[in-house]
Amino acid sequence: MSDLAFWVGATLLVACALAVVTAKSLYRAAYALSGALLLTAAFYASLGSALLATVQVLLYTGGVLTLVVYALVVSRGTTTAGPPRKPFAAAATAALVFGALASFGRSVPPARLGSEPMGGRELGLLLFQRYLVPFELLSLLLLAALVGALMVARLERAR
Amino acid sequence: MTPSRLLVLSFLLFSVGMYGVLARRHLVGLLLSLELMFNAGNLAAVAVAWSYGRGTGVLLALFGIAVTVAEVALGLALFLLADRVRRTTVPDDLSLLRR
Repeated sequence: MSDLAFWVGATLLVACALAVVTAKSLYRAAYALSGALLLTAAFYASLGSALLATVQVLLYTGGVLTLVVYALVVSRGTTTAGPPRKPFAAAATAALVFGALASFGRSVPPARLGSEPMGGRELGLLLFQRYLVPFELLSLLLLAALVGALMVARLERAR
Repeated sequence: MTPSRLLVLSFLLFSVGMYGVLARRHLVGLLLSLELMFNAGNLAAVAVAWSYGRGTGVLLALFGIAVTVAEVALGLALFLLADRVRRTTVPDDLSLLRR
């Protein structure tokens, strides 16, 4: 990926992120989030991980956007965000955290391209041989979350 | 494009998300900002995986995406519950345990 493409992508990504946290309408914030997630998928694809980019678009962007918009549509309350709570203190805290993180980010070695390909086949082998137990635990977690979400959402009717 | 640049970008996204978590008053706004922070973490994992030439970081991001989607489903269920039972969408009003 060229420098120009990186800077354009990074600028758009940060603009989308700022829109997520400042937009008045929460629908707009959700759409801005989907834009940020799609741009991140583009970054993944440019890093040679097409599989991760696909998962990001299908599962993350599609799933999250659908769920959030659906929840906003069926909610009875307002869908506009109120004024921010202590914006200056929040911005100062976020800036402080960014400074602390960025001071760690300098010591990363430059990329060694092509030492281990990250295609679908390699990831599949890693996933189903070395990381089989975490994979199965993850399916358990997803099932628990699904059942938990159903129980929580049904609580009112059960009473 | 270098890994450290990508890392700094992900740190920036993380901080922006953190501002949202601290400053947003609506539950869904809070959740969206949390998503931004999760996404920044995934981006950092992929950047480091790319820099070391390993597939493990990509798997970490894959697992992270799955966990996040589960978390969104639960979070939105809790939001709908707060909306219907407590009639509020502001986390500040959910202070029943404090009284």
